[in-house]
Amino acid sequence: METVEQIRDRLLARFPGAEISVITNPGVAAQHSLLLDHAHARAIAEFLRDDTTLKLDQCSNVTGIDWPEKKITETSKVSVPDPAGGPAKVVEQKTERVQPGMLEVVYHLYSIALRHGPVILRLRTGNRTDQVTVPSLTPVWRACEFQEREVFDLYGVKFDGHPDLRRILMWDEFKDFPMRKDYVEPDDYEWEPTPHGVVLEKAKAHYPAPPPAAAPATGGAKP
Amino acid sequence: MSDAAPTTPAPISDAERAELRRHGILLTSLQELYTWGCSNSVWPLNFGLACCAIEMIAASMAKFDIARFGSEVFRPSPRQADLLIVSGTVTKKMAPQVIRLWNQMPEPKYCIAMGACAISGGPFKQGYNVLKGVDRFIPVDIYIPGCPPRPEALLHGLLEIQKKIKGFQIAGPDAPRHLRSDLECNCPVPEFGAHDIEPTANPKVWTAPVIVRSEKG
Amino acid sequence: MSISDLSPLSAQGGSHVRAVHDEFHGDLLEVSMGPHHPSTHGVFRMIVTLDGETIVKLKPVFGYLHRNHEKIGEGTTYLGSMPYTDRLDYLCSMTNNWAYAIAVEKLAGQPVPERAEYVRVILAEITRLLNHTCLAGFLMQDLGCSGTPLMYAFREREYILDLFESLSGSRMMCNYQRFGGCRVDPSADWLEGAKKLTDRYGAFLDEFEALLTGNEIIMTRTQGVGRLSPELAIAAGITGPMLRATGVNYDLRKVDGYGVYPRFDFRVPLGAHGDVYDRYMIRILEMRESIKILQQALASIPTGPIMDPKAKLRGFRPKAGEAYGRIEGPKGEIGFHLVSDGSPNPYRYRVRPPSFINLTVLEDMCLGHTVADAVIILGSVDIVLGEVDR
Repeated sequence: METVEQIRDRLLARFPGAEISVITNPGVAAQHSLLLDHAHARAIAEFLRDDTTLKLDQCSNVTGIDWPEKKITETSKVSVPDPAGGPAKVVEQKTERVQPGMLEVVYHLYSIALRHGPVILRLRTGNRTDQVTVPSLTPVWRACEFQEREVFDLYGVKFDGHPDLRRILMWDEFKDFPMRKDYVEPDDYEWEPTPHGVVLEKAKAHYPAPPPAAAPATGGAKP
Repeated sequence: MSDAAPTTPAPISDAERAELRRHGILLTSLQELYTWGCSNSVWPLNFGLACCAIEMIAASMAKFDIARFGSEVFRPSPRQADLLIVSGTVTKKMAPQVIRLWNQMPEPKYCIAMGACAISGGPFKQGYNVLKGVDRFIPVDIYIPGCPPRPEALLHGLLEIQKKIKGFQIAGPDAPRHLRSDLECNCPVPEFGAHDIEPTANPKVWTAPVIVRSEKG
Repeated sequence: MSISDLSPLSAQGGSHVRAVHDEFHGDLLEVSMGPHHPSTHGVFRMIVTLDGETIVKLKPVFGYLHRNHEKIGEGTTYLGSMPYTDRLDYLCSMTNNWAYAIAVEKLAGQPVPERAEYVRVILAEITRLLNHTCLAGFLMQDLGCSGTPLMYAFREREYILDLFESLSGSRMMCNYQRFGGCRVDPSADWLEGAKKLTDRYGAFLDEFEALLTGNEIIMTRTQGVGRLSPELAIAAGITGPMLRATGVNYDLRKVDGYGVYPRFDFRVPLGAHGDVYDRYMIRILEMRESIKILQQALASIPTGPIMDPKAKLRGFRPKAGEAYGRIEGPKGEIGFHLVSDGSPNPYRYRVRPPSFINLTVLEDMCLGHTVADAVIILGSVDIVLGEVDR
């Protein structure tokens, strides 16, 4: 199978004006992916499906990923010339930059006809609040139908062109997007028989604090 | 009963009863007859929720054979069932239907919370959609721990239910729920809210025990 | 027909409502089947619109067993998710373990010793026997053969669970595989027991098939019911026995050749019609192939370590990156997509559930059939709600 870079070059030649970039995977698996722009995503998906050398006829998996806004502190070494005329000093400089938050949808494509894969596509939203629409790939692969609904349900990504975009796992009246990293779940840990870890921390909030008489403020001996 | 003695007759002793039985006379009381009948034909609802349901089915199959204890008749309709085996994780989306099924079952009815999830949420306790124990909404008679409990454990739970039924007093202040008019048999069904089900528990059957935090914790 | 002939374009289109004959056209009836329904294999619900007795629309409703597997997976360590994978598809804990282990091993570049690979193959094929046997029993139960086939299936299940229990300590939730091997080494006695089971299983299948396969009622009820075309199956991401019943030759054991599968000689059974009967037959034939694999694997299992000595169990932190690993589970392609940010917990933990995606075409298969047929079509998809809703 072609490498991701070859596929990107071929796509760029086929779709002039499209913004396609390769997202490298630094891990051992080295499954690199293609980031598509919204305007050309569906046409590119159709091309990948119908292209004779790729024939990616199966969309195996659709994953939603939440990337909240993140402050990244980068340390770089800068050499500062000494005003007194001595040798330049090397000073560590810290720069802070804010990586904007976004939601991401990842598609894993395989070819049943040619038995290769995966080719990984990514779509990203503008932010996590009001620009959460990406084009739906359900018209290209039906396999995305339920999985895109699931991403909509749990992450709040809206899929433009999806035939039946409703909540799938949670009930219709539910308002939150529970798989987002900043989701706060309802606190119903009133009493737990065997609390430990995170549950213990949550359950503690419901336990009454020890009576003040027992507090060793006076230095009295504990029973 | 018009010719009953004005004073309560002395209860017949076990030895006298055994003696009568030797002569072919079977003597029993209404209470014994009632609880004997109830306890030996507990029909469970054919209702599987999750992993534990497979072990529930296994208990009804040849190797474990729940029929030995009179409970092989799994009824698909709640109207014909006596025993609700909550076999698995009750999610918040499923909770209203579980409670509705419980309400549709006629009295006398019993509930077994089978497995860690039904008891307290179990391994999935931290899930946002998981009810932290079915006893927050419906009264549970027997808890069977395990993840999932073995079929033998389910059979043990069934025997405990039978023991409990045999201990019922059919009259007086200790009578079970279904023989008294002052106790509510139905449980309110929660509604789906914007963030959680509402209400999150039924205060008539469940209140959180008060635990005072120790100084260390 | 070969796959390359298929035009994916022809596989488009969602629900197409069947033309209703006008003469006796009455009101449509909407029936909600489930979440408590004895034939829906758990808490699955479908809203069926009926014209008389014929299904004109079917909408599945999910989420009644949505227990937040993925969110919990993000809050626990990599190894901490292993017992949760047991509870995904609770009939096949061993293959779920393996799929997760393969994904993490890809993420971390962790090799697996040869003996562990053999043990994994043995356990996966025994799990396939277990799953397919139970499925056939449940399918027959749905068809109305109350009791007997399911009773036979669960009798065999107990023998298999005894093996699992003696190896892993638990009947259903085995939690047996680790990143870089398996938890305990099977003893010679255990392997002997597995061999006995394998040798016996063919006779059980003969008995089972004598009871069911040629049965006229079963043939009439299942043949031509719930047909699925190969074009639609590919477009809708259908995998596993359901895809192969339509005649598409795609088995990950052959395609990916993961583990030590390329060393074994076995065939991939294919269907021709894609109906309920084919889906039943594929599973029976797959079990016969599984027995072949088991016999070869048990005869040639090498000695050696069961865990990679360099594998880290505590303080396991894969490098930042992501990986998608998949295997051919008994229900189809079960995959895990893991995103790591270098911390001990996965940043994103996603399960590709085969039976959830296989339900995409449930409506297409049921349209034009009766409710009784919908029940067996659902039964032949082979769903487990723990995996559908996660």
